Amino acid sequence: MSDTYMALAEFAQSWGLLYFVAVFVVVLLIVMRPSQKQRYDQAARLPLSED
Amino acid sequence: MANPTIDRKSFTHGEFGVAIALTVLAVFSLVVAGKAHSTAYSFHAVLFAAASAYFVYKIVDRFYSRPAEPEPLEIDGKPNYNYGPIKFATIAGLFWGIAGFTVGLWAALELAFPVLNFDLPWTTFGRIRPLHTSAVIFAFGGNVLIATSFYVVQRTSRARMVGDLAPWFVVIGYNFFILIAGTGYLLGVTQSKEYAEPEWYADLWLTVVWVVYLMVFLGTIMRRKEPHIYVANWFFLAFILTIAVLHLGNNAAIPVSVFSSKSYIVWAGVQDAMIQWWYGHNAVGFFLTAGFLGIMYYFIPKRADRPIYSYRLSIVHFWSLIFLYIWAGPHHLHYTALPDWAQTLGMTFSIMLWMPSWGGMINGIMTLSGAWDKLRTDPVLRMMVVSVAFYGMSTFEGPLMSVKVVNSLSHYTDWTIGHVHSGALGWVGYISFGAIYCLVPWLWNRKGLWSLKLVEWHFWLSSIGIVLYITSMWVAGILQGLMWRAYNSLGFLEYSFVETVEAMHPFYLIRALGGLLFLAGALLMVVNIWKTIASPEASAAPEARPVMVPAE
Repeated sequence: MSDTYMALAEFAQSWGLLYFVAVFVVVLLIVMRPSQKQRYDQAARLPLSED
Repeated sequence: MANPTIDRKSFTHGEFGVAIALTVLAVFSLVVAGKAHSTAYSFHAVLFAAASAYFVYKIVDRFYSRPAEPEPLEIDGKPNYNYGPIKFATIAGLFWGIAGFTVGLWAALELAFPVLNFDLPWTTFGRIRPLHTSAVIFAFGGNVLIATSFYVVQRTSRARMVGDLAPWFVVIGYNFFILIAGTGYLLGVTQSKEYAEPEWYADLWLTVVWVVYLMVFLGTIMRRKEPHIYVANWFFLAFILTIAVLHLGNNAAIPVSVFSSKSYIVWAGVQDAMIQWWYGHNAVGFFLTAGFLGIMYYFIPKRADRPIYSYRLSIVHFWSLIFLYIWAGPHHLHYTALPDWAQTLGMTFSIMLWMPSWGGMINGIMTLSGAWDKLRTDPVLRMMVVSVAFYGMSTFEGPLMSVKVVNSLSHYTDWTIGHVHSGALGWVGYISFGAIYCLVPWLWNRKGLWSLKLVEWHFWLSSIGIVLYITSMWVAGILQGLMWRAYNSLGFLEYSFVETVEAMHPFYLIRALGGLLFLAGALLMVVNIWKTIASPEASAAPEARPVMVPAE
């Protein structure tokens, strides 16, 4: 295997993995904010409250 | 001599532009038809010329009968939804569905009784198999997706669809692509890429149609009266956008000549294989999954008259699904020339995909919590919920089969065919049937379906059909896999290939019976839809809904 491949693989398996986990956690935190409850409840009713 | 009513009317830029473009295309196609290298290509060029000329005539004809002013965006403060193209796509979907299921049954019977290919080149298994897959996935599934996405985006945006001719161009242009693709397979025009068989000129045409589709969809979202973009639209948008990228990447081919249907792909060797399965698996992920999840997120809440179980989960479902799916393709190339790390990567992402898939399944099914009784009384809702259950089942089976050890047994066997059909018949088929059963009374302004009893028959006939199909293919696949790898005490292969073929015969018969039942159910649906549309009692109320909501 070339050095480039090894370097890329090492980066992907360490920092890359951490980065994706961090992004996922941030998405979860954004979505789960209690202040958003009303907004999401309203959005969920969108198809039901058509005219 | 000037007619005063015509004087006030003039061609719109759209009408003028499309008519000119199609005229040029018609003339160009005639030139190609005359100089084409093969009769099949010549035939296709004639089809292009005839269709273009016909639509130029239709545009002019429509101009004389239409009012001078464009259709209003709103009538009495309510959005003036555009349903014409949606009706067209719905009917086209039903037509292609029956055609695709019939060809599937024929292909299944050919495997059991090879004599059924009639010893003709056009009807050999190798040609009718892509006809079947494209007819059910792209023709049936595609029309259902176009119809439902156009409906959902208008209703949840509270806005009329963008464009006058554009939505019509999308539905008619897409079905013309299907016609070119399907006749091409029978005549032997193919670039031999699974699920991407059509040659370069059909691909170019589809690209134009797809870009217009994207613009109509995006334009309607941008015109929305509702501040929030409902989650179903996110799924539809991911489907349209990703399919565009996949289509361009996997069809980067250079034609031999403009007068030849033959082209060569720019990718080579294992890179070509990888791009093909990056395309192939994401056709599953974004066409057959994301698009139909858009249907799930609108039609199940609507039919159950309950909001989606968790809107938060739907957002996490969306982002994790689209992030993970795009990496799963290499699991189609286990134990090939593809580098080992890429195979492992594909396997790992496929296993991770299990979680968002089941998150979506839970979200769909739990929407019924507190209203489980509707499963007993409403066969349409039951069909959609069973569909989501099949989604859960095949998204568990898929990650399992992507594991290298399992794949060494399952790959190239009928187990794969069984897996695909539990997803295709169960998930995609049932959610589409459910959506059509909901959509037709809404579009044609009827009180409800002609017969719910017929829906019950459809449900049970096709459910038995699916069970027969997938169980026979499980047994056949595992038997086949085990026979292929069996060695005797001297280290020789235990069975010759033809012995494994013989062993498959009874399972092929059971599979064909399953397909027949599924087709029979779908025919009942067509009768039901026909009767619903033809029934004279159009409802007096402007909106025919199962639940009447007082005006706000």
